[in-house]
Amino acid sequence: MTKNLFVSAICAGIAAGLLASALQFTFVIPVLLEGELYETGARVHFGTDGSPQSDRGAPTLAGDWLRHSMTVAFNIVTYTGYGLLLAAMISFASLKGITTTAKQGLIWGLCGYIAVQLAPAFGLPPELPGTIAAEVGQRQLWWISTILASAAGLGLIAFGRSYLPLAGVVLMAIPHLLGAPHLDTFFGVAPPELAAEFATLSLGAAAAGWVLLGYAVAAILQRLER
Amino acid sequence: MTTQSKAIAASLPATAGITLAFITGLALLMASGYAQANALHDAAHDGRHAMAFPCH
Repeated sequence: MTKNLFVSAICAGIAAGLLASALQFTFVIPVLLEGELYETGARVHFGTDGSPQSDRGAPTLAGDWLRHSMTVAFNIVTYTGYGLLLAAMISFASLKGITTTAKQGLIWGLCGYIAVQLAPAFGLPPELPGTIAAEVGQRQLWWISTILASAAGLGLIAFGRSYLPLAGVVLMAIPHLLGAPHLDTFFGVAPPELAAEFATLSLGAAAAGWVLLGYAVAAILQRLER
Repeated sequence: MTTQSKAIAASLPATAGITLAFITGLALLMASGYAQANALHDAAHDGRHAMAFPCH
């Protein structure tokens, strides 16, 4: 039983981590590296001559393989961590008589994506390197609280009786009504288009990773526990 | 695993295994997403940005 939880989470974490890495290297990391050109000042968008114009074009991925392999390794660790949480929650639900098929695992994955990526990004968009933002401790606190409130809210919506699903909606809204920590001024040095692309691309890549994670955890658990 | 330890493992309540998996998952995420130690931060940097962890 315990072994099944770990086996499903590790296998699903590797699969989702590899898929997310492939999507990140195709779509997200090139934009990240391009953002670093503005972070370091190698490229300037808001020039002193008053012209907000700069060339488009990402640096090549080649040449820094240690850095990129660490990214893949940490993606796998991260998705395995999320996979363990999903596997634990799916098993806990099964103790309560709620069975989860592989297809229902897609919904678990989608809810994980909403709680961990989409809801926090609603207040704190994924940051292009070089973005100056509020103090990291404050942002981490808001981020964690938002994930917990969103996960609990989704749980109430999915499994709550009577008026509890409504309470779940309210719970999900509270962090956003309170508001994420932001600075009073803007410091961005990169083109706004690049920051917007980075935010949407990273959310899309994470969506694919999470949906695969949910599906794989549920499918493997179902097979092992049969 | 011996027969005896198998029996002990099987008799552990299911919630203990679920708790263990949950805590291990949290520990992995603390390391990959939350810890600010320099070495960890540098290695995890691109992944954190791409996964939208608050990074620095």
